[in-house]
Amino acid sequence: MSSTTPALELRDLSVGYRTLGVEQLVLRGVSFAIAPGETYGLVGESGCGKSTAAFAALRALARNGFISGGRVLVDGQDVTDLDPAGLRQLRLTKVSMVYQDPGRALNPSMTVARQIAEVYEAVGVRRADALERAEAMLVKVRIPGTGRVMTAFPHQLSGGMQQRVVIAMALAKNPKLLVLDEPTTGLDATVEAEVLDLIEALKQEFATSVLFISHNLAIIERMCDRIGVLYAGSLVEEGVGADLLARPLHPYTMRLLRCLPAAGRRKSDGRLDTIPGFLPPLGSIRTGCVFTPRCDFADAVCRTDAPGPTRVGSQMACCHHIDRATASGRNSLDLAVPVPPTAASFGRPALQVSGVSKTFHVGSHALRAVTDVSLTLRTGETLGLVGESGSGKTTLARLLLGLTAPDPGGRIELDGQPVAGQAKRRSRADQKALQIVFQNPDSALNRSHTVRHLIERSLSRLGGLFGRQRSERLMALVSAVRLTERHLSMRPRQLSGGLKQRVAIARAFAGDPRVVICDEPTSALDVSVQAAILNLLADLQSTAGVSYVFISHDLGVVRYLSDRIAVLYLGRIMEIGPAEDVFNGPHHPYTEALLSAVPDLAELHNGERTARIRLSGEMPSPLAPPPGCVFNSRCPRKIGAICETTEPTLPADADHAIRCHLSREALGRRGGAPPVAADQRYAPVSA
Amino acid sequence: MTGATTLAVADAGLPSTAAHTDPATEPLAAAPSRIGRLLRSGSFMVGAAIVLFWVFCALFGPFVVPYDPYSDDLLNTLAMPSAAHWFGTDQIGRDILSRVIVGAGPILSVAPLATLLATAAGTTLGLLTGYVGGWLDSLIGRLIEVLLALPLIVVALLVLVALGPSSTTVIGVIGIIFTPLIARTVRSAVLSERSLDYVAAAELRGEGALHIMFVEILPNVLPPILVETTVRLGYAIFTVASLSFLGFGIQPPSADWGLAISENYGLMTGGYWWTVSFAAGATASLVVGVNLVADGIQAALE
Repeated sequence: MSSTTPALELRDLSVGYRTLGVEQLVLRGVSFAIAPGETYGLVGESGCGKSTAAFAALRALARNGFISGGRVLVDGQDVTDLDPAGLRQLRLTKVSMVYQDPGRALNPSMTVARQIAEVYEAVGVRRADALERAEAMLVKVRIPGTGRVMTAFPHQLSGGMQQRVVIAMALAKNPKLLVLDEPTTGLDATVEAEVLDLIEALKQEFATSVLFISHNLAIIERMCDRIGVLYAGSLVEEGVGADLLARPLHPYTMRLLRCLPAAGRRKSDGRLDTIPGFLPPLGSIRTGCVFTPRCDFADAVCRTDAPGPTRVGSQMACCHHIDRATASGRNSLDLAVPVPPTAASFGRPALQVSGVSKTFHVGSHALRAVTDVSLTLRTGETLGLVGESGSGKTTLARLLLGLTAPDPGGRIELDGQPVAGQAKRRSRADQKALQIVFQNPDSALNRSHTVRHLIERSLSRLGGLFGRQRSERLMALVSAVRLTERHLSMRPRQLSGGLKQRVAIARAFAGDPRVVICDEPTSALDVSVQAAILNLLADLQSTAGVSYVFISHDLGVVRYLSDRIAVLYLGRIMEIGPAEDVFNGPHHPYTEALLSAVPDLAELHNGERTARIRLSGEMPSPLAPPPGCVFNSRCPRKIGAICETTEPTLPADADHAIRCHLSREALGRRGGAPPVAADQRYAPVSA
Repeated sequence: MTGATTLAVADAGLPSTAAHTDPATEPLAAAPSRIGRLLRSGSFMVGAAIVLFWVFCALFGPFVVPYDPYSDDLLNTLAMPSAAHWFGTDQIGRDILSRVIVGAGPILSVAPLATLLATAAGTTLGLLTGYVGGWLDSLIGRLIEVLLALPLIVVALLVLVALGPSSTTVIGVIGIIFTPLIARTVRSAVLSERSLDYVAAAELRGEGALHIMFVEILPNVLPPILVETTVRLGYAIFTVASLSFLGFGIQPPSADWGLAISENYGLMTGGYWWTVSFAAGATASLVVGVNLVADGIQAALE
């Protein structure tokens, strides 16, 4: 094969699924090609056909899937009609895939060594050599302590390590094409950054072509040479990464980009854009452009004629109205001019927490999930809670709610009055004052009950309302969260993810709460739906004067909604302060690393990328936190012995408090190079 | 209550929600309904046909039988199956076809009632142990283990000997023996529901334990309860027939199948096979029918 043969080429590919005798097309006439060594990104919301495209490329569609038209070529070889032997050869030598959940991609009963060696043995390497090469491969995927990892079983490794092992297995056969399906979606921000660095480095080393699938535009932009945007099974736009995101041509891409609360946007800067309507059900749009029902520029032509690809420079878009769409000015990211934060317009403290800890007992060991947390939340204020998984965010939320009883000694006060540690011991007034919107509405809404029952029950229990008063209030609530009367008779499974979360929000607001805890309320939702929910939360806050504790791993989202931010690490608050101060610095080294780990689309517009700070190692187990400062084992700015012996304190009186031995002047800030000595400077991993 | 009015916010982000949140346009997975899957399941349909046949016999048997199942005909005892007596006659000349038809009655009242009792008691215990947990769970859990360790038929016989055989006692005994089995199934289903956030949300609303168990959790654990109940019904039929055979269940002169086998099995060696075979076949077909229904339900709910 010549060096110009695409590693993967889809030619007018249509794929469908057969359910109960009904055939539905999931991909409709998708064409794209990935050149050797190129990384091609596929983005789109869930249900757009991203994963189907990946599985079609491997000819690994589900049992009821079928290719109804077009061809798939891998390295020039038509694989559409391959027989089982040919398929096996294809998967053995040319393509490999990395899935979203590494825990499920690895065999739990085989050691890492065995699993990687198996790949080599499959291509004909002798058993002894295979083990040797497996270890060499682990070194290539930057796994520290390869000897230990070789003999480990998958459950003994962290998520980030597992994903490295999966990547090692995928690369072991030196494939022409590597398919990565949301490879970092389940990982923490700092681990995600490391894995992305690794993929970038390995791409160079192995000269493999990559099909990179993600819903995260910023990650796609960082990783990919070219990007294709899928909507409802059609490729609506394609182009060189940075260009496409900086100057999108298709109305869907424009809309999608503007849904992101990126570039330092805050709730005071105005509402986020949303995409009205819903993704059309499979096969419901047979003529015209698939985006017509949700498009601002649609007219009669769009309804009748499917737009063909139109090229503009290096970009391609399938749209009849590229001129009108680009002229509308919607194709740029809405870069808000940072407004100086309006100084404390908040009322009295609504919730005060002082010295709250929580210790769990695991066998004979004590696990301190939350250690000595104190914070104040004023009326109408939003406190953002960030930190990696295992940092104690959710435990803290459960402590505030009374779902978990705190250790004796801590105090939780609501409007100056102490509240009981456990929800069932709390007064009705305290119960209704503190409510929560859970992360996963599927779990939070009882699937046996109708929407009406779900909300009415809260209205009578918390609001003390019955009869006509209750129905009036029900209708007001339902319209406040922008549901309609017809939704009332439905059960949760009949609603989409965004609508379910609206029901959960309505329920939390049923008793006019003082404080609502939002535990990653948008992490299960697509960006366009996320934008609508964030708008709703901001609206409800400005009208009802409620305070939020907003937990999220998405720093863009936290920044959009939060007035103050607390950064948690191993159950301790490492930094707390006004949102802009936490983002702009001086920040705690951990905050600095968290901020640096997140790819930011705004950098596209600012030009230069800031140097990245990578944390080495993993978060220590809360069963055995490091002595001294708990962050010292990973801290890029560790100053010496004092970090290992003395735990720094969190100044109680400061508005912006940082738990670090370094002076504020020595801490990093956004933009400017941190004033640290050369020997303390931390070199990025990729260097 | 000021919230009612203040919460109504200007609608700017989601244009005309009424049009856009139209559920008809929502991308919902068109999952076939459970009833639809049941009706497409072959084993369920066959099982249901068998069970319904016997239910019909139990309800309307007395009106459709060719002969009076209880009147003897001493001139015509132990007659071979013939055009006049399709299934033949027994030792005192009673028509076996009529007795098999009417015999569906006692077993189909005792076994389902016993199962119902076990389901009610087992569900309550399962909800209590699963939701409340702690020492209550440990205590009831140990008791259940003790009960499960005892041989079923022996316990039943002991109780029946002590209390004297009657249909009510049989229902009570089988109900109590099956309770721990159902409680165990319900408990494990409750444990996985208990960790879901809707239970936490109910606790945050200040709901009592009874409400959380019976209004929040119970509807969601109905599918496994339904499967377990159907499976238990099959075993209950079998157990009732066994007890009747041993003489501690349904008492003569009932036309019960187990009783018929018990009264006539001595005649098998004499070649009078029809006195036993039809009653045995009827029992077997009912158990198989119920199990087929259970299989179908289980498949449809998964």
